[in-house]
Amino acid sequence: MNEKAVAYVLRLGDDALVAAQRMAALATWAPQLEEDVALANIALDLLGQARALLTYAGELEGQGRDEDLLAYRRDEHEFTSALLVEQPDTDFAATMVKLLFFSAYQRLLYEELSAGDDETLAAIAAKSVKEVAYHLSHACAWTVRLGDGTEESKRRMQTAVDELWPYTHELFASDSVWRGYGFDPAGLRERWLGIVEPVLAEATLERPVDDWAPTGGRDGLHTEHFGYLVGEMQSLHRAHEGVSW
Amino acid sequence: MSQTEWPLWEVFIRARRGLGHLHVGSLRAADTTMALQHARDLYTRRGEGVSIWVVPTDAIGASSPDEKDPLFDPAMDKVYRLPSYYRMPEGAERL
Amino acid sequence: MDPRASQPAFIPGAAELLAEVEAAESLLDQRGPAGAAAPAGGEEADLLAHFEAVIAADAKIEPRDWVPAGYRESLIRQIAQHAHSEIVGMQPESNWITRAPSLKRKAILLAKVQDEAGHGLYLYSVAESLGANRESLLTALHDGKQKYLNFINYPTLTWGDVGALAWLTDGAAVVNQVPLCRSSYGPYARAMVRVCKEESFHHRQGFDLLWTLSQGSPAQHTMAQEAVNRWWGPALAMFGPPHRDSTHSEKSMAWRIKRFTNDELRQRFVDITVPQAEILGLTLPDPALAWNSERGHYDFTPPDYEELKRVVAGNGPCNRQRLARRRQAHEQGEWVRAAAAAHAAKHSREDAA
Ligand SMILES: [Fe+2]
Ligand SMILES: [Fe+2]
Ligand SMILES: [Fe+2]
Repeated sequence: MNEKAVAYVLRLGDDALVAAQRMAALATWAPQLEEDVALANIALDLLGQARALLTYAGELEGQGRDEDLLAYRRDEHEFTSALLVEQPDTDFAATMVKLLFFSAYQRLLYEELSAGDDETLAAIAAKSVKEVAYHLSHACAWTVRLGDGTEESKRRMQTAVDELWPYTHELFASDSVWRGYGFDPAGLRERWLGIVEPVLAEATLERPVDDWAPTGGRDGLHTEHFGYLVGEMQSLHRAHEGVSW
Repeated sequence: MSQTEWPLWEVFIRARRGLGHLHVGSLRAADTTMALQHARDLYTRRGEGVSIWVVPTDAIGASSPDEKDPLFDPAMDKVYRLPSYYRMPEGAERL
Repeated sequence: MDPRASQPAFIPGAAELLAEVEAAESLLDQRGPAGAAAPAGGEEADLLAHFEAVIAADAKIEPRDWVPAGYRESLIRQIAQHAHSEIVGMQPESNWITRAPSLKRKAILLAKVQDEAGHGLYLYSVAESLGANRESLLTALHDGKQKYLNFINYPTLTWGDVGALAWLTDGAAVVNQVPLCRSSYGPYARAMVRVCKEESFHHRQGFDLLWTLSQGSPAQHTMAQEAVNRWWGPALAMFGPPHRDSTHSEKSMAWRIKRFTNDELRQRFVDITVPQAEILGLTLPDPALAWNSERGHYDFTPPDYEELKRVVAGNGPCNRQRLARRRQAHEQGEWVRAAAAAHAAKHSREDAA
């Protein structure tokens, strides 16, 4: 088993899974019916990515774990998703800012991976990069509308940007897993800023200063929100041993 | 209509190359980008299209059913415009 | 183990319904009777005669045609109630999205709930083509002035309810809606073709979910059976009161907005569903259920119409919760809608400048 590959692919899969779980929970809560349909499409894309990536991680691991065993039978501290994606959707502004930050990151990373040596990963990345490009354009359009909309929307957007910005640093924090396989996202921060900063500017929002930079997600040390997310997701599956659904 | 109700847009989808855009319904959106994104999400969830037009409903000029006679009836008696009007002699093929 | 390996490929009644949808669709594609042109600026009597001729020829009424006020009102009422049912109906199922017990089921359930939002939108769009306005219809829903279907006011207590709800109530919806693919109002008929095709996915995934539970562990089987016991009554009641008590039926039938009575549709649903339950290995909670060879139909106990009245009047287990949540989602979105409108206004001014 290639442990480095497993750990690497799991991070990608966990990011997508947690982001999908958050987005899927918004069904029926969108500000407009049309947007409900849009958010569900994004959640379905992310869920599809999570399933492909977790399935592949399980194959690389070779211990017979499939997407469901990885999603439903790991404990909280075994998930290596970034802290950003588990942040709660306190309002639509938070949802869109999180999507902006995350989809810009995913787009850059998937682009690199789609040209990588691991053919399976490259194929998943190539399919996903088209999906996240759409998520990104959706998030950009909303960021501009809401940043440059009303006073209230601007205030909410600035709050979301300020609260979520610190969590973006972790996406680019290098370590042995990132260096050990695929493509190390550490080098992508500049290009990521190249996407995000102009959008914030057009949205008349301030780009926060870089100070606090919480980490831990990649090592399974999450925020307090995460236990509830995992507990809810796994509750039914864990209540029944060894059955099919 | 309240201050914040977004305008109505009509959506036209080209199902595949070689076909014209067909009206499929409407939606509400604040701007063109949003109308296009929503049209894509709403009307092509099952791969129903390769191209989308969105048009503000207000911008559509429509013939009213009352005008049906003057607008369309004149075309009804110009049967000589239809190829089937002409009876071809035996042997004249590929016309 | 993939449960699909031994899953019955044939769901009795399902293919037959889909074939009817496709038949209705191909009728729409055919060039119908052109119909005499409406008299230009005609007298009301002439316009009415023309309208009636179109209906009698089984041709379609289209958006800008002159129609009697009652036709417009009945259609808007019917379509709005249908649209509201689609969007409020997302709630009982979305209740389980975050807890779906496999990632595949999570994806299926989310796709289904999303479709219901889409159905709501297709239908509001049809209502708007009749001159209604979505915002006003939503206000009427939020104020409790317009209704949605009874079954939505029951809770989804277990994962089994997710399957039973889809199998029984989406199944009932398909039976109810297939005839609407031939509605006299063109945009409604076209929207219903699309909706029915998507509903048949909903119905089948519910069947598939229940089948897996029914063949699974004893606890899963019980979960499925108990859920079916809970949903049978609400599903039967979905067809509405018996024809003799139904207020709007006569006129709607004459205008071909509606094509069968509540009782005919209910019977059809029962006839289709009983064999499906047998394949599922689940029972339907009605001791009187039996094949009647004389009638060529199943006999069954009618649903509790008093309960239906109570639920429709607002006193079902979840009415208040469902409406409160719908209102909350709408109110919560107000700042977003306002901001997007403000942004568009600013920028159209810039573009013009
Ligand atoms: Fe429905
Ligand atoms: Fe539906
Ligand atoms: Fe449905």
